[in-house]
Amino acid sequence: MAAFYVVAATISCFKLLFLPAYRSTDFEVHRNWLAITHSLPVNKWYTEATSEWTLDYPPFFAWFEYGLSQIAQYFDEEMLKVENLNYSSEATILFQRMSVIFTDFIFIYAVKNAILLIGNIGLLIVDHIHFQYNGFLMGIFLLSIVKMYENKYLQSALLFCVLLNLKHIYLYVSPVYFIYLLTSYCYNPGVISVFSLSFAPFIYMGQLSQVLSRLFPFKRGLCHAYWAPNFWALYNIADKALFIIGSKLKLLPPTLSDSGFMTGGLVQEFSHTVLPSIKPFYTVILTLIAMLPALFNLFLNRKKGSVGFVRCLILCAYASFLFGWHVHEKAILIIIIPMILLVFESKEDGRIYLILSTIGYYSLFPLLFTQFETPIKVLFLLLHCFYSFYTLSNIHKSSERLLPIVSWLESVYLLGIVPLEFYNSVIHSLLKLDEKFPFIPLLLTSIYCSLGVVYTWLRFYFSFLQSQSPKHKTS
Amino acid sequence: MEICVLVIISLLLRWSTSQGSYSGQGKPPMFGDYEAQRHWMEVTVNLPVKDWYRNTTENDLLYWGLDYPPLTAYHSQICGFIAQYVNPEWVRLNTSRGHESYQHKLFMRYSVFLADILVFLPACLLYYISQDEVEDKSMIYGLMCLLLYPGLILIDYGHFQYNGISLGLMIMAVASLGLKQQILGAIFFTLALNYKHMELYHALPFFMYLFGVNIHTNSMKGVFQIGKIGVAVILTFMLCWLPFLSDIDSFRNVLIRLFPFNRGLYEDKVANLWCSLSLVIKLKNIMSQQALVVLSFLSTLVGLVPSAFHLLYKPTLTNFKYSLVSCHVNSSLVFFLFSFQVHEKSILIPALSVCLLADKHPYIALWFLSISTFSMLPLLIKDGLLIQCCGLSVVFLILAYYSSQQQFSHYTSRLQNWMKFMFFSSIFGAVILTVCSEVVQPPPRLPDIFPVLISAYSCGHFLFFLFLFHYCQFFNNVPNYVEKHRKVSQHKKFSKEKKVK
Repeated sequence: MAAFYVVAATISCFKLLFLPAYRSTDFEVHRNWLAITHSLPVNKWYTEATSEWTLDYPPFFAWFEYGLSQIAQYFDEEMLKVENLNYSSEATILFQRMSVIFTDFIFIYAVKNAILLIGNIGLLIVDHIHFQYNGFLMGIFLLSIVKMYENKYLQSALLFCVLLNLKHIYLYVSPVYFIYLLTSYCYNPGVISVFSLSFAPFIYMGQLSQVLSRLFPFKRGLCHAYWAPNFWALYNIADKALFIIGSKLKLLPPTLSDSGFMTGGLVQEFSHTVLPSIKPFYTVILTLIAMLPALFNLFLNRKKGSVGFVRCLILCAYASFLFGWHVHEKAILIIIIPMILLVFESKEDGRIYLILSTIGYYSLFPLLFTQFETPIKVLFLLLHCFYSFYTLSNIHKSSERLLPIVSWLESVYLLGIVPLEFYNSVIHSLLKLDEKFPFIPLLLTSIYCSLGVVYTWLRFYFSFLQSQSPKHKTS
Repeated sequence: MEICVLVIISLLLRWSTSQGSYSGQGKPPMFGDYEAQRHWMEVTVNLPVKDWYRNTTENDLLYWGLDYPPLTAYHSQICGFIAQYVNPEWVRLNTSRGHESYQHKLFMRYSVFLADILVFLPACLLYYISQDEVEDKSMIYGLMCLLLYPGLILIDYGHFQYNGISLGLMIMAVASLGLKQQILGAIFFTLALNYKHMELYHALPFFMYLFGVNIHTNSMKGVFQIGKIGVAVILTFMLCWLPFLSDIDSFRNVLIRLFPFNRGLYEDKVANLWCSLSLVIKLKNIMSQQALVVLSFLSTLVGLVPSAFHLLYKPTLTNFKYSLVSCHVNSSLVFFLFSFQVHEKSILIPALSVCLLADKHPYIALWFLSISTFSMLPLLIKDGLLIQCCGLSVVFLILAYYSSQQQFSHYTSRLQNWMKFMFFSSIFGAVILTVCSEVVQPPPRLPDIFPVLISAYSCGHFLFFLFLFHYCQFFNNVPNYVEKHRKVSQHKKFSKEKKVK
């Protein structure tokens, strides 16, 4: 227990060192939200569009920013003005970074006793360097799961509702809650009141459609600028490969032309040449299809208990990540972090976790593209691998192969990251290819990682459907 | 395994710190040590060796002239050539002065990082291996102090210097003596001395130790060994100074640059005796420059005598490290407190020696290391590194304190409890002074009140430590922390905890 506090305190102080580090545009996004919520009345929050970074999180998050802005005014008034675009004085940086560090204490409270969770390098990268508030959101998510473990269903459901109204990306896993609590709690007044508290003011002002259009921007493309390592990355590259093969063999009609994404950059609106183009509706259907067996299985075997619930949660997150529309690479944390709860359950879980976490964290690398951060992300990944492989191989006895626990082929795949990263950060620029094909490293990373993600998904799905008997283990 | 994690963490801390500002960032016309190092690259790449230490039209010594020994100059030259390859603008003669850019900062930071990976890290690991009690867990605590010591990280990666190299070479020398490689040790130390002459702080213990050990072997073999060591040292020196040996003039130029007796008694606010004394009497106003030099020289000499002669007469082979290193601590502390023209950064030299003693005196070492970091606070605030300083110090304090509790928990006596109380109250005082110096507006009549207070506070501590380490050296008061059965029970506790997780 003492060890946990030591690690927690150490990591919190360690985060201080990232104050001067690289900040993504998300820093400006959140500053802008601070300004909007501070200086405008509520009915302008979701209509204000001075900055291109409009408020696109649910109402509770807006209120959260409003609360922060009350403290922020003592640091620097200037950051709370909507017109001050890209404002980043030292006090602003200090305040925003500190706000992430302090709200992280919710996360620390939620994960007490799990060092694997607290030293999560994914959150360090995304929150404390890239800049977002995933830590405390993830903390609420984990608290909700913990309540489920403790059979306090109502509290769990309420926490989850609050979470949904803070960041709607957690809709990814909402079907599981829906199924698991179907009979008893879904129409509970508590749940309804949380939602009405969140949305009623906007319904009253007649802004519901405006809010929803901000929350669900289907106008954006299928893939983010950097392809998240999911099914669509594979789909895109298959399309490209078919096009090249087709044009080499002269099988395609000459009217088809290369969309030129290799040179022109990965544009958001990406039209496929050979394979059918994807509409948002298709992705929704596909996601639901991918979720259905898991949900159905959970519905039939509710005796699987909370461990089964967490597994199903992960599978839903997987499905949304793999097949969703405009998925961010950061969303992989919603898969990895709950999975940490399972690593001690069985060797198979540990094995999947090791593969997925390594590859998932690696897929976050492009988030930090500035050169000063390169050693940090590499060292982070090394630290993570050393620590988690060592811990898990102590718990699940394994005969030493190339790497502990994972199989020979998987080891080769994981070690393949080394030459890949070496190519991306060193050779590619040495070959002077970075001007002609600047996106090749991103492309390679996302293809390489998506293979691993899909593989672990299949494995995890298989093991979930196989395990019919409930395991009585509590953590 | 633990070592791997420790090494990675230390590298992470290092690189995270390096994102912060450096000394003299954006402060023309003189900038700071960062510019000094860059300027040396510029000078060494563009000028012939003869002119490096000489004031010429091309080399204005008043603008960060080279004042470190030849190895630093060669190192600068190597870095300079790489810089020239990457971007010639960085080291163009005269026009590149005060060059600052994102890319250049990256380059400079990488150069420190690389130097540490190549010299400092291997040195620490070698030292770790060279110990007799490698299997002993207490050693990892020593390694931890070496690798995570915030003062060194802050000066090298924040303020900007290459202390890791000279200190690393010094550690290598101690380690090779531990492996019974006297000649190798002497060579390593000579290299350290030729990288940064501040290592003279350590010279006397090395000399006394090597001399003492071989005298006591009581045969011709010992004398022969001394001769061999002497030849090795002289040859190493010759090699380092080769380009400057051709004529007396250039040799003299280097020496003048290295020992600037024409500067003040101390620079800025240093936690040494002279600076603290100035609170009471202003020696500067009473005595001439010449007299001050003599005074500081004599007091240093007197301070050195006890520990040095003790080592000469009792260079115990069985507990070699202890006697050598504690003498190291003493002599470097004496130098720091009493000698002439001391920088606040020089506290790193005794501090690293204390790191080597950390497994023997866990609490004292932790205490010393914390206070030594604190004593550099005014400098760090000036460089805009306050947050880094706080972050690193707290990380170090927590980790080191926790692991010392884990490893030495069985050793509790009344004395130890008393020490603990002293430790916490002194750290508390340091925290209060830190907060005050940031929050409280100093009275207009005394603008320097907080730096002076910090120096005096640390100086008091250092005098106390000087006394303490002398006591330890003379009475060889090493508590026997290491007990087998304790270790076993510790192990059990550890594995239990892991299972609980």
